[in-house]
This record gives sequence, C-alpha cells and structure tokens, in this order.
Amino acid sequence: MAQLLQHLINGLASGTIYALVALGYTMVYGVLKLINFAHGDVMMVGVYMGYATAFALGREARASLLGVAVVFAVAMLGCALFGFLIERFAYRPLREKPRLTALITAIGISFALSYGFQLDIGFLPGASPRAFPEIITPTEWLIIGDRDVVVWNWQVISLLIAVGLMVGLQYLVFGTRFGRAMRAVSWDHRVAALMGIPTDRVIALTFMLSSALAAGAGLLYAIKDTSVSPLMGLYVGLKAFVAAVIGGIGHVPGAVVGALVLGLVEEFVVGYAASTWRDAVAFGFLILVLLVKPGGLFGRVAAEKV
Amino acid sequence: MRRLAPMLLAALAIMAAACEKKTQPAPSGEGGTQSPGQSSNTGATPPPAADTILLGQVGALSGGQATFGISQRNGIELAIKEANAAGGVNGKKLAIRVYDNQSKPEEAAQAVTRLITQDKVVLILGDVASSNSLAMADKAQAAGVPMITPSSTNVTVTQKGDYIFRVCFIDPFQGYVMAKFARDDLKLKQVAVLTDNKSAYSIDLANVFKQKFTEMGGKLVAEQSYSQGDTDYRAQLTAIKKAQPDGIYVPGYYSEVGVIARQAREVGLKVPLMGGDGWDSATLFELGGSAVEGNYFSNHYSPDNPDPRTQKFIADYKAEYKSVPDALAALGYDAARVAIEALKRSKDLTGPSVRDAIAQTKDFPGVAGTITLDDKRNAVKSAVILKVADGKTQYVTTINP
Repeated sequence: MAQLLQHLINGLASGTIYALVALGYTMVYGVLKLINFAHGDVMMVGVYMGYATAFALGREARASLLGVAVVFAVAMLGCALFGFLIERFAYRPLREKPRLTALITAIGISFALSYGFQLDIGFLPGASPRAFPEIITPTEWLIIGDRDVVVWNWQVISLLIAVGLMVGLQYLVFGTRFGRAMRAVSWDHRVAALMGIPTDRVIALTFMLSSALAAGAGLLYAIKDTSVSPLMGLYVGLKAFVAAVIGGIGHVPGAVVGALVLGLVEEFVVGYAASTWRDAVAFGFLILVLLVKPGGLFGRVAAEKV
Repeated sequence: MRRLAPMLLAALAIMAAACEKKTQPAPSGEGGTQSPGQSSNTGATPPPAADTILLGQVGALSGGQATFGISQRNGIELAIKEANAAGGVNGKKLAIRVYDNQSKPEEAAQAVTRLITQDKVVLILGDVASSNSLAMADKAQAAGVPMITPSSTNVTVTQKGDYIFRVCFIDPFQGYVMAKFARDDLKLKQVAVLTDNKSAYSIDLANVFKQKFTEMGGKLVAEQSYSQGDTDYRAQLTAIKKAQPDGIYVPGYYSEVGVIARQAREVGLKVPLMGGDGWDSATLFELGGSAVEGNYFSNHYSPDNPDPRTQKFIADYKAEYKSVPDALAALGYDAARVAIEALKRSKDLTGPSVRDAIAQTKDFPGVAGTITLDDKRNAVKSAVILKVADGKTQYVTTINP
C-alpha cells in the first residue's frame, strides 16, 4: 500500500512536468498546425539559462525564495525571447510553404541545439551531464511509517508551481483578449486576419508563451532529477509530445490529462512489471489511442475541407 | 485531424533515422589531428609523410561517455609525445588521428572505416565502451588492421578475430571480483541488481555478478533495469527498497550512477551501492554529491598505488593536463605504449607483422599493472576495489585472477 502511494507520488511528479512541456506542443500546434520538434530543446536551453543564473547568484542567494523566483524569471523570460527568435527567423519565412518544410526545419533546429550545446566553446556547456545546483534545499515534508513513503518539500513546491502555471495558462487562453485572439487564429488564421487580428503577433506570442512554459518545466525537471545534459530535451520532448498526442494535440486540458496518464503508466510499469517494458508500454499506449481514437482522447476528428 | 497520425509517424521515423545515421563521423573539435608535427586538422586528409607512422584513435569525445574518451585520448597523446621525444619508432616519428564517435556504436563504425580507408592508419586504438569497440572490431578485423582497445572489458570484443587486442581485464573478472568482495569482505547476504539494459558492458557485469554471488551462497532479491540517458530512477529504486537488499550492484556508467546514488538515498535506501570501472569519473562526484560516499567499485588501477612507474606517470600526466589521471587515462597510456613497443619489434608495418608483434607482448611494465597477453588476446592482470569517501576514491584491496 505504502509502495503504491510512493509510486503514485513519483508518477504524478513526472506527469506534471510532461504536462507543462506538452502544453507547449499543443498550443503551437493549435495556432500553426506545426509540431514544433525543437520544443524539448528549447526547454533544455531554458534549463541552462537557469543553471547559469543559479551559479551567478551563488550558493547563499539561490537557495532563498527570491533566488528561486529570480532563476525562474530569468530562464522563462530568456527562453521566451529565444522562442520568439526561432519563430521569427526559422518558422515565419516558411509560413506559406508546405507544412512538411516547417516540420523538417523544426527537426533541424532540434538537432542543432542538442548537438551544438555539446560543444565546449564560450558559453556552451559541453557534453558531460552537470549537476543542477540546489535552488531548493531538500527537506522531508512528510514521512509516513518507517520512511515507507517520503514526500520532499521540492515535490510539493514543484507541484504548486506546475499547477500555478497551468491555471495561469487556462486564464490566459480562456479569459483574456489575447487568449480569444489565439483561439480565433487556431480556428482559422485567414478569417482571423480578415477580422483584424494581428496573426503574426499572436503566433509570436504563442511561441514565447510555450517557450517560457518549457523553461519552467525544464527547471522543475532539473530540480527533480538534479542532472542536466544537452540531450535531455530530446528525451523529455519526445515523451511530452506523446502525451500531447494521447490527449489530443491542440486541446489544452487534453495535454495535461495525457501527460498525467503517461507519467503514471510509466511509473507503474516499472514498479510492478519490468523496467525494460517502460518505453514499449508508453509508445504502445500511444499507438493504441491513435487506433481507437485517431484524434487523441479529447481531440475531435475534423472533416477535411476540400 | 484524420491526416495527423500518418504525418506523426513519418515525422517520428525521420527523427529516428536522423538519430541513427549521419553520413560522416565528425572529426573531434579540438583533436581532428593530434600529431605534434601536423597543424592542419580541416576536412581534407593529407597522406602521411614518409617518415611518420600514422596511428588512429576512435573515442567518445562527446555524448554520455565523453570524459572517458577524453581521458583515454590524453593518455594516448602523452605516450606518443614521450615516444617521439625519445626518438620515435626506428627513426620514424609517430602521429595520431583522432575521431569522435559521440558515444555511439554506429558513429564508431563509420569513424574506423574512415581511419582505415582514407587515412590508412597502421594501427587503431580505442574505444572505452565495449558497444563502440565491438562495432569497430568488425571493421578492423575485416581490413586486417590491428586494433588495441585500452579499456573495453566485454568478452566478445577480442573474439571478433586475431587482429583485436586489449590491455585490460574482461567483464566476467570484474563481476567475479565484486561478487567475491561483497560476500567475503562486506559479508552481504542478499543483493539487488540494477542494470543499464542499453549497454552490453552493464548486462555482462550484472550476469556474472549474479551467477557468482549466488554460487558463493548469496541471494538475489530484486532485479531492475534502466536505459542510458534516463534521469528518474525512483520507480526502480522504490521497487528495490521493498525487497530489502543489503547492497545494490549498479554496474553502469557514471552519468547515470551519480543520479541513481542520489535518488537511492532520497527514497531511503541506505545500503552500499557497488559497481565497476564505469564509475570512474570526476563527474560521478559532481552528480552524486554526498550520496556516492561509502560505495564501492572495481577498477583497473588506483592513483594511490605506490609503484614508482605509476607515480612517474601521474606526475607527467599532471604536468601536461593539470589533473590526476583516472584509470581510462592510464589504460590509454598503456595501450599506446604496448602498440609503440610492438611497432619497434615488428619487422615491417604491414598488418600481419604488427599483429604478431603485439601478440608477443609479455610482462610489459604498464602503469596500470603488468601486462601479458594470453592466447585469446586479453590481458591477464589483477583488479583493485576502491571505496568512495571524502570526495575521492580510496584504495581498499587488490583481487587477483
């Protein structure tokens, strides 16, 4: 029973992080119908921004509440700018080209980032994995029994930050003028443009938003697993992408549900079946969902307009 | 939406393909050409000058095993530099060309092909990880170019053929060494094993350890695995914790082991972790912090060894690279020196002559133990057990074959 509870906590912890990354995939897909395969690597860049900031702050300052806020703020704002630049110079020139062109460009950016960051020149971090500095000093928040179940303070803080970001996003998309514009662009960007919505600006802002979320997710990931490397984005990005597709890509709450389901499935496969099956089951689950509901759990199958 | 599924699958296939193959192995950033005499390391490869002997190295200079490849390269470089300073090989200078394999077997195979067909090297050194060396050995054997791996411990590497040698011990020996240490010295009764299922090295060590440990009267209570590149091992560790082992054998590489150690302490596992030479990297301490303290691993050499040969090597290495050499550097140095000695004895520089000269290596005074190559082209030598304490490794004991 205690073991079950511990697995549940572990699974939720990875699930919420997948969710934040998956939201980025889903939002960009919503407005552009583009699967931004560089999204995971943008997350990795955000993590290294946070890493540099944490080091610049020093051991004392980064472990305070203000320190954590500064690390998150720098990484998220920096990453938003980075996302803006990618959109402006890599995707926008290809806006009217076939969709596949943009997709290949996204894959190209992904590899350029994950392998470029392995160079050891100037500000680039080099190939070796690094230990992420402790910006939250780990203490046990809750212990059940003889350490049968242990909940750490950073697990609670991460969960709160993740939920906070998701609630904020929900409000932004459904409660603001910008959100309405974003949904309009996602519905039909030509008609939206005719209605006077500045589609380019909306798309750029969507990219910035998704990149900032990715940076936040990446930092939570780095706090959780303490090890960061230039290839981390490929792996987390792929998992989050699967989560977004399971939930129905383009559907905001769907991405969250898909991610939580994926995190829990992975955890329970390892805990109760065999660890070797983890990825097989995760991707098998994706295939199953696509077979039964091609649009994902929450996605609607839209009729093709001819 | 209906069109989405095929598009996604296509995109995934492209990503997978891009991951698997790249047309050219990239020459390493700073080490495209490492020869003291040559300065250019750009794309086109000049043919070796008549008075130089060109050796080749393929190593993991980037990716998950990067510190291994870099240490190995430094060791080899030092040996070549010293040999050239002492007059080279029979009047000829030595040069080496180094290619990066990004810690991937498929890149290793491409790089070695390039060394053989384009650079026409006399002999190949490398790599650390057995998976990469296996990919290289096929090509070297087929082309009849002798290859010496400094530190690939997987048994099958030298079984690829009579041109493939190694200057280190083999995996069954490391698994045996740790099983013996766990039973006789640590007096463990029941253990768990956590294997990296993407690495031939890890699987081999784990298999031998499991077999020997149970033969010696111990019990195996849990078996779990992970994949290289994972960073969350809490599910496996939570399951292991339930089985209540006295110790956990984690024969993986430092990138993962550092994080595993940290998370093991986090889920409340206090028993010692044990591993093999894959732990040997300063990065282990960076990633694991205080959690790696009190754990044990088997290795090829210890810098605490008072042997004057070893101490001289450590001093020379420190002067050159400003750090204490790890085992990979020591083995790289030994491999290069075995190769250089063989080239001196060889009657000419053709593959068969060089191979025969290497095969005759006997009682060679290496810095990581005395090397004699047996008829299976493996080195026969002892292993040391090291303990991690106070942020460094401490010599515990030596276990003989």
